[in-house]
Amino acid sequence: MAKMATTTYREALRTALKEALVKDPRVFLMGEDVGQYGGSYAVSKGLLAEFGPERIRDTPLSESTFVGAGIGAALGGMRPIVELMTVNFSLLALDQIVNNAATIRHMSGGQFNIPLVIRMATGAGRQLAAQHAHSLEGWYAHIPGIRIVAPATLEDARGMLWTALEDPDPVLIFEHQTLYNMEGPLADDAGPVDIDHAAIRRSGKDLSLITYGGTLGKTLQAAETLAREGIDAEVIDLRSLRPLDMPAILESVKKTHRVVIVDEGWKSGSLSAEIIARIVESAFYDLDAPMARICSAEVPIPYPKHLEDAALPQPAAIVAAAREVVGRRG
Amino acid sequence: MNEPAATAATDVRPNLDATNRLHVGHDHDLLLLHEMLRIRRFEEKCAELYSAGKIRGFLHLYIGEEAVAVGAMQALGRDDAVVATYREHGHALARGIPADRLMAEMYGKHEGCSRGRGGSMHVFDAHTRFYGGNAIVGGGLPIAVGLALADKMQQKPRVTACFFGDGAVAEGEFHESLNLAALWKLPVLFLCENNLYAMGTRLERAQSQTDLAAKARSYLMPAEPVDGMDVLAVEAAARRAAAAVRRGEGPAFLEFRTYRFRAHSMFDAELYRDKSEVEVWKQRDPIATFISHLKEREETADAILGALNGSVADEIDVAVQFAEAGTWEPVDDLLKDVYSPRPGSDGAA
Ligand SMILES: Cc1ncc(C[n+]2csc(CCOP(=O)(O)OP(=O)(O)O)c2C)c(N)n1
Ligand SMILES: [Mg+2]
Repeated sequence: MAKMATTTYREALRTALKEALVKDPRVFLMGEDVGQYGGSYAVSKGLLAEFGPERIRDTPLSESTFVGAGIGAALGGMRPIVELMTVNFSLLALDQIVNNAATIRHMSGGQFNIPLVIRMATGAGRQLAAQHAHSLEGWYAHIPGIRIVAPATLEDARGMLWTALEDPDPVLIFEHQTLYNMEGPLADDAGPVDIDHAAIRRSGKDLSLITYGGTLGKTLQAAETLAREGIDAEVIDLRSLRPLDMPAILESVKKTHRVVIVDEGWKSGSLSAEIIARIVESAFYDLDAPMARICSAEVPIPYPKHLEDAALPQPAAIVAAAREVVGRRG
Repeated sequence: MNEPAATAATDVRPNLDATNRLHVGHDHDLLLLHEMLRIRRFEEKCAELYSAGKIRGFLHLYIGEEAVAVGAMQALGRDDAVVATYREHGHALARGIPADRLMAEMYGKHEGCSRGRGGSMHVFDAHTRFYGGNAIVGGGLPIAVGLALADKMQQKPRVTACFFGDGAVAEGEFHESLNLAALWKLPVLFLCENNLYAMGTRLERAQSQTDLAAKARSYLMPAEPVDGMDVLAVEAAARRAAAAVRRGEGPAFLEFRTYRFRAHSMFDAELYRDKSEVEVWKQRDPIATFISHLKEREETADAILGALNGSVADEIDVAVQFAEAGTWEPVDDLLKDVYSPRPGSDGAA
């Protein structure tokens, strides 16, 4: 067995960046303050000293242009990793992502492909208010032509980047803000992981709790509480938000017949809505109860802690929804 | 073709002396000093409260740059509008938002000027026409253009003052906004706070052309660089430019050369600049230099200064007490004000 070492999500991401920079000379990292500042979430700290300014490139504040330049560099034979500070700022580059990165392969009749990786922070929980805390990855999952992944564990933080770089098409990696400091053991020889499949993080028989990214921890916590009440929940970490691993989801539904989805995005027009629709389309007769969703309240994320907490999915709400779905009250 | 700002403003310089400074009297000097001290002490208190966990999230301090907000605000009247960034506590105070309501906002209390929902980065105040508190770099410029468009279409002789940093100059919205404002001759006063850094990126690492006024001139609007550490120079330039804008001559641009003494935010390890550089700029502290300038002119300066300091300290104490005594918005109101209230609803989503 491989030796385990304690690491953080942030360090795991950094190790993955280093690995990619060492393995492939076409790889470079570009974004705001990734170099001298050390990365807004300190993910790229130290990389400038190690790899130099050609490969660790600080950009001016110009999201649309440096994402577009990433698309161009990918077309031109490089393997760019573009860092956007947060999903809220990625909206300034939405045009490049949606109108160019996602379309060029299809629009050119398959002549051109874009091996581009875009990483960004997402989500709330640090009292950063309504322009720094949204969960818009579900929007991106709406767009054909790009792949969307959300590492929720140390293994995935360590392993998704290389696989994403090897993908011939654009991959967006969403790193939940509250995970960067997550600490735990990681195998010394941890490396690339697949980005196609959902993972069962806890197996159970009474209901399926489906989630991803920043809410995986809260969902596992809820599952432990439920276990003490005799409710055996299965926890599915989607890992890939586009494409969705529907076979894995349906297999779980066929086993448990009950579903609660936990998604930090808003309910309306959301990823959780999509999953429900697909379960209804494919496994309606396997269900023993109406499905439920725990999402963020339909409100821009507020600054004060008590309101931010109230706006976000919390373990207590997940537990309550699960009880309801399995037909147990209080 | 395009003339620098000075030409556009020749007829509004009665108070300028040979050094291009404005002298409107001793009382006015004290007002400027008082305003700068209020900002400095308010923010020093905020840093303390951050360490104590009373203020959370991102906190961006303006310490070192006070002369810009205070000087520029003198050029605005009550009806004018202000658009600012996430580093806006100084602008809020200088614009007249009461320190107690601002401090309550820093805490996230319901009594805050944004009802506590915005915090440090999102100060709003309808009463003083303070339109945020925008934390998207460059995001405020198009809004300022729109406010000015509304004024022009309604023939209201008002000015919209738009503050932003050197970092914003790299964003597309900067260029799109300057172009549109100049094209449509809109009454916007573009006030660039060039503190040399955008987080850890120094100006020359972000700009091929570091003369920011030259960029504005390329859109055919008057533009000039100003010493942002000298409150009198800031005020004089802002008054000249605002007067031209108010006369309907279209937008104007000022680049204030200034420096932030503190870290970008409370999470910044300042790996990108030398302590010695900060020390050099501190020699030009806008408050300390203004005090020595007053002392040269005024024998009783020490006594006056003592009184000012006392009143500022009291104001900050009261503001903290107000924030401490403030209340948390009930969780039941979380969804309130997502939409405007309409018959039979209170605006809940
Ligand atoms: C669109 C966007 N991109 C990135 C950021 C992250 N960010 C916040 S402040 C900042 C630096 C801005 O520098 P500048 O405009 O010079 O203002 P200063 O902080 O110096 O006052 C950056 C990169 C942001 N808030 N918005
Ligand atoms: Mg700056």
